[in-house]
Amino acid sequence: MSIAEIFETMEYGPAPESASPALRWMDERDRTFRHFIGGEWREPSGGEWFESANPATNQPLARIAQGSQEDVEAAVRAAREALPGWSGLEGHARARYLYAIARQIQKHSRLFAVLESMDNGKPIRESRDIDIPLVARHFYHHAGWAQLMGTELAGYGPVGVVGQIIPWNFPLLMLAWKIAPALAMGNTVILKPAEFTSLTALLFADVCREVGLPAGVVNVVTGDGRTGAALVEHPQVDKIAFTGSTDVGRIIRVATAGTGKKVSLELGGKSPFVVFDDADLDSVVEGVVDAIWFNQGQVCCAGSRILAQEGIAEKLTARLRARMETLRVGDPMDKAVDIGAIVAPVQLEQIRRLVQQGQDEGATLWQPSWSCPQEGCFFPPSLFTEVSPSSTIAQVEIFGPVVVMMTFRTPAEAVALANNTRYGLAASVWTENVNLALDIAPKIKAGTVWVNCTNVFDAASGFGGYRESGFGREGGKEGLWEYVKPLWEKKAGAEQEPEPVAPKASEPGKAKGLPPIDRTAKLYVGGKQARPDSGYSLPVLDSRGRLLGEVGHGNRKDVRNAVEAAHKASGWAKTTGHNRAQVLYYVAENLAARSDELARRIAQMTGDDRGAEREVEASIRRLYTYAAWADKWDGQVHHTPFRNVTLAMPEPIGVMGIACPTAAPLLGFVSAVAPAIAMGNTVVAVPSERWPLAATDFYQVLDTSDVPGGVVNIVTGRRDELTETLAAHDDVDGLWYFGPAAGSAAAERLSAGNMKRTWVSYGRARDWSDPAQGEGEEFLRQATQVKNIWVPYGE
Amino acid sequence: MASSTRSQKLVALPSDPQHGGHDEERNPGTPLDLDWVSGVRVNRSAVERRAATMGTRRTVKKEWQAAWLLRAITLMDLTTLSGDDTPGNVRRLCAKARNPVRQDILEGLGVAHLPIRTAAVCVYHALVETAVEALRGSDIPVAAVSTGFPAGLSPFEQRVEEIRASVAAGAGEIDIVITRAHVLTGNWQALYDEVRAFREACGPAHMKTILATGELATLRNIGRASMVCMMAGADFIKTSTGKEGVNAVMPVGLVMTRCIRDYNERTGQKVGFKPAGGIRTAKQAIEWLILMKEELGDEYLRPHLFRFGASSLLTDIERQLEHHLTGRYSADYRHPMA
Repeated sequence: MSIAEIFETMEYGPAPESASPALRWMDERDRTFRHFIGGEWREPSGGEWFESANPATNQPLARIAQGSQEDVEAAVRAAREALPGWSGLEGHARARYLYAIARQIQKHSRLFAVLESMDNGKPIRESRDIDIPLVARHFYHHAGWAQLMGTELAGYGPVGVVGQIIPWNFPLLMLAWKIAPALAMGNTVILKPAEFTSLTALLFADVCREVGLPAGVVNVVTGDGRTGAALVEHPQVDKIAFTGSTDVGRIIRVATAGTGKKVSLELGGKSPFVVFDDADLDSVVEGVVDAIWFNQGQVCCAGSRILAQEGIAEKLTARLRARMETLRVGDPMDKAVDIGAIVAPVQLEQIRRLVQQGQDEGATLWQPSWSCPQEGCFFPPSLFTEVSPSSTIAQVEIFGPVVVMMTFRTPAEAVALANNTRYGLAASVWTENVNLALDIAPKIKAGTVWVNCTNVFDAASGFGGYRESGFGREGGKEGLWEYVKPLWEKKAGAEQEPEPVAPKASEPGKAKGLPPIDRTAKLYVGGKQARPDSGYSLPVLDSRGRLLGEVGHGNRKDVRNAVEAAHKASGWAKTTGHNRAQVLYYVAENLAARSDELARRIAQMTGDDRGAEREVEASIRRLYTYAAWADKWDGQVHHTPFRNVTLAMPEPIGVMGIACPTAAPLLGFVSAVAPAIAMGNTVVAVPSERWPLAATDFYQVLDTSDVPGGVVNIVTGRRDELTETLAAHDDVDGLWYFGPAAGSAAAERLSAGNMKRTWVSYGRARDWSDPAQGEGEEFLRQATQVKNIWVPYGE
Repeated sequence: MASSTRSQKLVALPSDPQHGGHDEERNPGTPLDLDWVSGVRVNRSAVERRAATMGTRRTVKKEWQAAWLLRAITLMDLTTLSGDDTPGNVRRLCAKARNPVRQDILEGLGVAHLPIRTAAVCVYHALVETAVEALRGSDIPVAAVSTGFPAGLSPFEQRVEEIRASVAAGAGEIDIVITRAHVLTGNWQALYDEVRAFREACGPAHMKTILATGELATLRNIGRASMVCMMAGADFIKTSTGKEGVNAVMPVGLVMTRCIRDYNERTGQKVGFKPAGGIRTAKQAIEWLILMKEELGDEYLRPHLFRFGASSLLTDIERQLEHHLTGRYSADYRHPMA
């Protein structure tokens, strides 16, 4: 077209970014990429390769090694060998390496961006302006954490060898989110990139060599799901960090159950994008662009469900449609393209199928009038209206440039609709009313809430899910805990269950004065004593095997009732920390008043008189500890590099099941339940199976201490039976289990149903009488999840 | 009145037969509706975010860049507003407006046949007649800044009279300034009445309403003032006098263009937009054109709906055009000065 013609039409022309530096980089390697293991490039042991293609053209880019079990084995060995040296380095030395990596990425930023766009199909603007700068930022930020680990995470050490499996939507960024904190905390890693997008991870391996990172600290094993599975199942891997679909996350949860592997999962989402009628609608429209047409909508936290207040829904729809007309879909390497290529034909098919299903179910599809490129994997931006929560497209993650819109009437209904999902990764709230925004943000079940913005990320802010969007955080101090463990655990032995005693037959009574009045220990549900549904009781023996009493044999239905009672008491979470502290102090006061009685009870069961007195005293102290913490487990305001406050708020998990330790019948119960309720959770506790009478006596203390009914529920019975019911209960949000390895495994495995947060002991002994092990911040972290609320400001 | 006949002729904006820009209906304004004013919502952070990516989401290269820069020239109110302006430098400016780009460059670009000249020349009242004389026969209108420019705090009657005098002197376009105090005190009725009066005084001359956004404190104020000025009959809304501390910046432009769109949705009327002050580079000019194309459409890349207020911008564009032609970076002195 001539200049004179363009002068008239004023069209945009092509603005291609050159691919040649990336092509040259691949050519120099004969377009063949091996595993990066122990600092060397290694042929795949199985001799198997696969092709990586450019989704914009469907042309092959390179040949990539398929990782076999042996390759994974070699990588784990290399990481294991490198671990003592790496974790033994002073934090400052690790900081220098991470800093060098950050610098090196910046120095080669364009090569990374171009390679990423070619391999993944994302627009070069996004890889250049968003992905790669965030990658560098992540390494800088975590260089700082390496430097500070000794003081800021005193008492903690690295987890060990970490297997990291990342998705194809942000290949290098997800690598950074995984590798930077792992290395900072002294772990060594085996990274498995997604099969569709391995190239930037391999370029990153080059960077590791260039900065002289010790061999084996970072290993990259490429391949498909089989490679990932081999990594997950490898016994020498101490932790798995995974980002990807909820289905695969669930498989990983089940596969690692009971192995003691630490697991963090960042999974799918169907994030609500809530628009109130006083929002800046033009900015909302751009927000939607950033929410769902960023990275072709292939974003786990994409705002894919617009919830608009009824009065402005029509106006918003009209403006959205107008804006969609000006979006540009096409060559990802064009600097003026908004939406690039879908990552692969199989993903494109999935999007097409779901969009078809949406239409079949009666929703109204709107797409811009212009047509998409026909060659390569492209899909136009799509808006569905006339959608209801029962539509498939309103529930499932489409992972494409497709957004659905629904309406609401009131703030309460907006919250209800927002939370009407299994997921809980992120949410966006749009209003000019700060009161409304700060009211809604805490009510939405999501790990990140963006007020008047969307899809903003930073290394200083933790990112991760609620519910089936996974657990663990990436970024911020909250993200570091995924890569460390308490140092005392290293020395902890296996938990010793108390010696069993043989039951002695009851002796016939002798008529000597009045008989004692029978005391029936019941279940405690919703603030009331309840008989067990089964109508059976279990015997409780004293230290010599004599029948001391009986407790209800709780069953599934008792658990169900207790969980319902715990939900009804969820207002506990909204009480102030001060208020919860007062209640806990009062519990301590009333326990102190009955300390002799409880000590006697414990002594009867355990046969240890002195120990029983100490246990009651320690329990009172522990209640004081959590009363103290109740109004002090503060959040943070993160230093993210924008004009905003990023509020990291610890929120209670919700309804928690707690299987209490056997050995310390009162102290174990108090040590587990008190931190949970101090943080605002409501609890279904299964007390010591062997010695449950301390807990059942304790409910009378609860009754007299202003603990609202349903905040603490006690179901006695067979610990593992009850734990399994709790683990498999989809309305239980968290589960703690202090018991043997087999029970721990079952608890983790069965929790995969709703991906509840679990904390189990794997049969590891914990000295409840030692405050270093039996109380403190670790309990509070496990009793809460961090929500990051981003609030930009400025008039 | 002889002067009014002359001004009738001069209101014609640059002739553009293919697009017939000057035939557009003028914005008659509407009664003041305070609901429109109170309904303005501007989230500054979100606006800044969009504004910051305006120039990174879109770009034009090679021939497209050259064509867009030529277009930018035709959208320029070539301006001199200095205390030391004399007939001499104003005549020089007018000569430049007629021939903004060296002939050999135009030929090299293959656009010698196109009417490449600036949209208007913008001066103080005292130099209107000089400019009108210097531009005679070119169809380039003269714009006069008015109403006690730049502060706009002289007596109201004098400000109205100043408009009439400039129109009488042959100005086809009047760039008025508003009383910022009306915005800062939320006195929308006073602002509306003032702008209405100015519009009446303009008669057939097109009125560009300068908001002096750098002195309005908040983006929301800018949005509200934009709505009031359009309701009062502004043909254009304009960002700045060029004398404020902060002049034409992208977030302000974004807020004003969105208000223009909103006003259009409510009334069907199209109001023009003029960013002014601080636009010095070809790159900035392209970013503003991208803003217009993205937010308001291609129609807003024509002089009847979009202008740049600029003095030194032209020189940078000339250098870029020569670079496009030769592949060598150019120097200021190679291009005839205004």
